[in-house]
Amino acid sequence: MTTPDYQLLVIGAGPAGMAAAQVAAHRGVKVAVLDEQLHPGGQIYRNVDASPLADISVLGKDYLHGRQLVQTFRHAPLDYLASCSVWYLDRSGEVGIVDNGRHRSLVAQNVIIACGAQERPMPFPGWEKAGVMTAGAGQILMKSAAMVPDEAPVLAGSGPLLLLLAWQYLRAGVKIRAIVETTQRQARWSALRHFPRALAASDYLFKGLQLVSAIRRARIPWYRQASELSAEGDERLQAISFRCKGRQQRIATPLLMLHQGVIPSLQLAAAAGCDDRWNEGQQCWQTQLDDWGESSQPGIYVAGDAAGIGGARAAWLGGQLAGLQVAHKLGMLAQEQRDVQAQSVRSACDRHLAIRPFLDSWYRIGEDRLLPPDETLACRCEEVTVAELRALSRQGCSGPNQAKAFTRCGMGPCQGRFCGATMEQIFARQAAPDRPAAGHFTVRPPLKPVTLGQLAGGADQTHEG
Amino acid sequence: MFRLLGEASQQVLVELDGVEVSVPAGVSVAAALLYLGRIPTRHSPVTGAARAPFCMMGACFECVLEIDGVSERACQRQVEAGMQLRLQLCGDGEAL
Repeated sequence: MTTPDYQLLVIGAGPAGMAAAQVAAHRGVKVAVLDEQLHPGGQIYRNVDASPLADISVLGKDYLHGRQLVQTFRHAPLDYLASCSVWYLDRSGEVGIVDNGRHRSLVAQNVIIACGAQERPMPFPGWEKAGVMTAGAGQILMKSAAMVPDEAPVLAGSGPLLLLLAWQYLRAGVKIRAIVETTQRQARWSALRHFPRALAASDYLFKGLQLVSAIRRARIPWYRQASELSAEGDERLQAISFRCKGRQQRIATPLLMLHQGVIPSLQLAAAAGCDDRWNEGQQCWQTQLDDWGESSQPGIYVAGDAAGIGGARAAWLGGQLAGLQVAHKLGMLAQEQRDVQAQSVRSACDRHLAIRPFLDSWYRIGEDRLLPPDETLACRCEEVTVAELRALSRQGCSGPNQAKAFTRCGMGPCQGRFCGATMEQIFARQAAPDRPAAGHFTVRPPLKPVTLGQLAGGADQTHEG
Repeated sequence: MFRLLGEASQQVLVELDGVEVSVPAGVSVAAALLYLGRIPTRHSPVTGAARAPFCMMGACFECVLEIDGVSERACQRQVEAGMQLRLQLCGDGEAL
């Protein structure tokens, strides 16, 4: 076997990756962190110590909290590779990277996948139109480019991030045309049984109430329990239509920002052959892990939101646990010390996770949102409609992977990141009305684009000269 | 479509479809196009439908365009002076 380049490779420099890397590095582990962005922080703390904003406080104090985390990370004794994408991960710990336009592979004894989450796709007729973006995109534009909409947007969907974006926009002086919330009333009742546990994380509840009251004070038109969303427009978005309290509504807008929660980015772990399972509470797939975040593939760990949605604070703590375990398994941290150090981390992590069952059920995605109408584009890349997938499922097609071969749904450049969830739901319902999921796409490299020139190791043509 | 909060400290010149344009320095190519209001940024290869940046975090590939001759995700590259950008648009709305 090739001599390892590192004892630990951490993929992603968000809260989980930064924590895992520095915990291990401070215990003597030889660590490298690979991250696709220019600066550490992940999407949540993006540009937090390199902000283009004149007044960073518009984003709120939870964002500012990240500054200190990034600063301790920058001083940790480890190699940090920015602007580096991972396109390949092998179960043996070999990682293929494109580092500033050059391909190379690194071998590690241990890998911690901390690549975070992605927006849960929110398909409805017209969601692919130019002028429809994700709420996360709106935040990234603020954090990384100090940019806000110059025409009032409509915010649609469900989940804390939708309200947070509205709140941040209000603080930045951006007008919001309307909020169209698809959160279902019946979900709220079932969320109540998780309320006692959520009180252990009451700071999250207070923050939520703060957001809601600020949005109310701003008197933004706020439509609740909206359904039957559709977007119209030819070259650009022109309007959004929906049903609310029995009435059909139409709002003309050039910009629509969508959100219905986030789901773990499963690609790397799935490509490495780690076993996963369906999490019905969070309505998504997640990698099966032990108490330290190690997967079914020895030496491959998943931490943070990539392992299950818990938020930034829990990710920071979960990353530490994985880092401690790697140090322990390499013989650099005795078991008793590992356990002592992990104890306070675990209890803090549990406190942050206490809010999740409540949030997950309050913002549970309704059946109508999981299974959009026939004319919806399920696959944005290859332009495959929900109707085509439904027809295949009725004709006895065996599941998502066969339907991929038949329709190319999932074969486009996004590699199933934005159609996989819809495909799974359609096939699950065909199999049984109450079946939650029907397997997911097989994931194969390249997970990120790599040119033949880069692969061949030739002189790079793209980023130089 | 998008504006800067406050003043841009610096601008850089890039070439967009052969025309020199000034955009804020230090932002992604996708952000620069949204600042210019240049959407759609591409027509899809299947039906020629209009598309524009969607996720801004490298996952959706909607913002792909030609940067110095190579198809790349515009949200994953910072603008650089002299960069040659070409939108993957077709004039008559037909598939490429």
